[in-house]
Amino acid sequence: MAVLLTKHSKVIVQGITGNQGQFHTKQMLAYGTPVVGGVSPGKSGSSVHGLPVFDTVEAAMRTTNADASIVFVPAPFAKDAAFEALENGIKLVVMIPEHIPVIDSMDIVARAQELGATVIGPNTFGIISPGEHTKMGIMPNHIYQNGPIGVVARSGTLSYEIAFSLTNGGFGQTTVVGMGGDPVVGQTFISVLHHFKEDPDTRAVVMVGEIGGSAEEEAAEYLKSFGKPVVAYLAGRAAPPGKRMGHAGAIIERGRGTLESKEKALNQAGASVVTMPWQVVDALREAISG
Amino acid sequence: MKQYEYLAKGVLREHGIPIPPGRLVNNPGEAAEAVRDIGPAALKAQVLVGGRGKAGGIRFATNPDEARGVAAAMIGMDLKGYTVERLYAEGKLEIEREFYISVTTDRNKKIPLVMASLAGGVEIEDVDDSKIVRQWVDPRVGVLPYFGRELAQRLGLEGTLAKELADLVVKLYAIFREKDAELVEINPLAVVGGHLIAADARLNIDDSALFRHKTVEIIDEGSDLEKKVHKIGLAYVELDGDIAIMANGAGMAMATVDAIQYFGGRPANFLDAGGGASVEPTAQALDVLVSMKPKVIFINIFGGITRCDDVARAILQVKNTTGIPVPLVVRLVGTNEKEGVALLEQAGISAYSDMAPAAQRAVELRGGGRS
Repeated sequence: MAVLLTKHSKVIVQGITGNQGQFHTKQMLAYGTPVVGGVSPGKSGSSVHGLPVFDTVEAAMRTTNADASIVFVPAPFAKDAAFEALENGIKLVVMIPEHIPVIDSMDIVARAQELGATVIGPNTFGIISPGEHTKMGIMPNHIYQNGPIGVVARSGTLSYEIAFSLTNGGFGQTTVVGMGGDPVVGQTFISVLHHFKEDPDTRAVVMVGEIGGSAEEEAAEYLKSFGKPVVAYLAGRAAPPGKRMGHAGAIIERGRGTLESKEKALNQAGASVVTMPWQVVDALREAISG
Repeated sequence: MKQYEYLAKGVLREHGIPIPPGRLVNNPGEAAEAVRDIGPAALKAQVLVGGRGKAGGIRFATNPDEARGVAAAMIGMDLKGYTVERLYAEGKLEIEREFYISVTTDRNKKIPLVMASLAGGVEIEDVDDSKIVRQWVDPRVGVLPYFGRELAQRLGLEGTLAKELADLVVKLYAIFREKDAELVEINPLAVVGGHLIAADARLNIDDSALFRHKTVEIIDEGSDLEKKVHKIGLAYVELDGDIAIMANGAGMAMATVDAIQYFGGRPANFLDAGGGASVEPTAQALDVLVSMKPKVIFINIFGGITRCDDVARAILQVKNTTGIPVPLVVRLVGTNEKEGVALLEQAGISAYSDMAPAAQRAVELRGGGRS
């Protein structure tokens, strides 16, 4: 089994006619994702990789019965796109764009909560369920493999590094979820961990965090009653305070968001915390056997 | 993006929050003129550093002549690494009490947070938690006057001050929304003659929202090199070591910096060449690293969307034009890895496929790292 995303999802792509939208639609289809169409205002009637393009989400849903949407539109239009999906009843919205205003993200997340919908991102690489041959995101297809490990990460390339080392180390994944690198995102470590807890096929979880905010500290509280082995790796050990390390959310501000605080909390909660990304596989092996 | 105090004050005034009389001055003559008009004033250095007062960035002048002298001494002075170029002359206040109020984003609750305290005038991190009142805002509702009345009540304010605070928090939240603020803070929120007045203000605007605030002046606080790289559109932070680093993706770049430190080296920078970088921006990024004159350059690429052959081409482009005069360590793995590695090998550069030995090698080449 996988969490949040399965082969039974019906996926549309908002912004399907743009460069990114076209490229990643092709990759998603190649992976096996049930993409059923796309939305691009003014482009109704055209097609992308054989998929129908609609002017509105409403029209797309009428024809395709879509229940999930991946958003590729530029950041200034992302709030509009997200609300269009949510208001039309889409239950899973993956927001790829970076640089969406935080206030827009707050509005999107608040509305999603009200509607019982799931928002992943913004500023995320997406979500992939290897055993289901299904992904909504921009991650490379070849590095994942079906298996018993759940992965939840804040950052893209770093999670690729770790997922690939898991695959090479013989640990396939149930689902890999990218929370996103922004200060306000739809998911928390806790909300994703909860899905992994409920999933019988997920035997252990790898958390990939970083400096900034206190999502890891909050997660640590939850881990005390999690019941499955957890290995955590956090990036930003050498980051100076007050500087944004690429991600809008990766900043130590006014003494908050330090790596020490996060590692301490996770250690106390019984997670196996490693210092470097290449130590994850060994720690996982130990955590599962122990 | 942080805003100068005078800009933040201007925004408060536009929204009807009382501020002391004040104006921006560029030279001693203007300072003298300002004090002639305003009366005894504080001359405040317009720099974006905290603890400005303690560092000598706020001085007082009671008459125009004194203002001229003080301004002459302040303009051009170094304040925690920043050169003071402009001052804000502001009428001196007879402060009775100092409060604190701010609106910011609670990252965990994903909603705005109003924090207030009657123990203002110091950094809020130094205020005892029991003296801080927190009220969260439902962004779908916003802040209505009742929210402010409840806040005033929790703080223990009564009468005029309670009324003024309730009114002020509505306006402060309006600024937070309209300006796409990450933080809008009044500290101290002073009581003068029994009324509230904003004695100092901070306003940080969300960088991602600048597209809808076209009139906002772009302020890049970085070093000259940081500013240059930011203009290319790359995330870059200067560090104080001598091993220059490039990686793709923010998380990878952070992990790479950490790895260099782990093996005993000192990273010179954080540079995210982008999660899907193509040849040209990668070459530009590498040019920047070369210009830093580091002891070693370490490139760490996990090709997902980024193609390894593109990275290799960028490296060769820089090698064949500007030249790479220092030892170079490349770790290259992922999409089109074979092509990329082959391209580099033709040019006599061998690539690592694992991060750990590559980072270790970079530190060894610098010399003096732990083995």
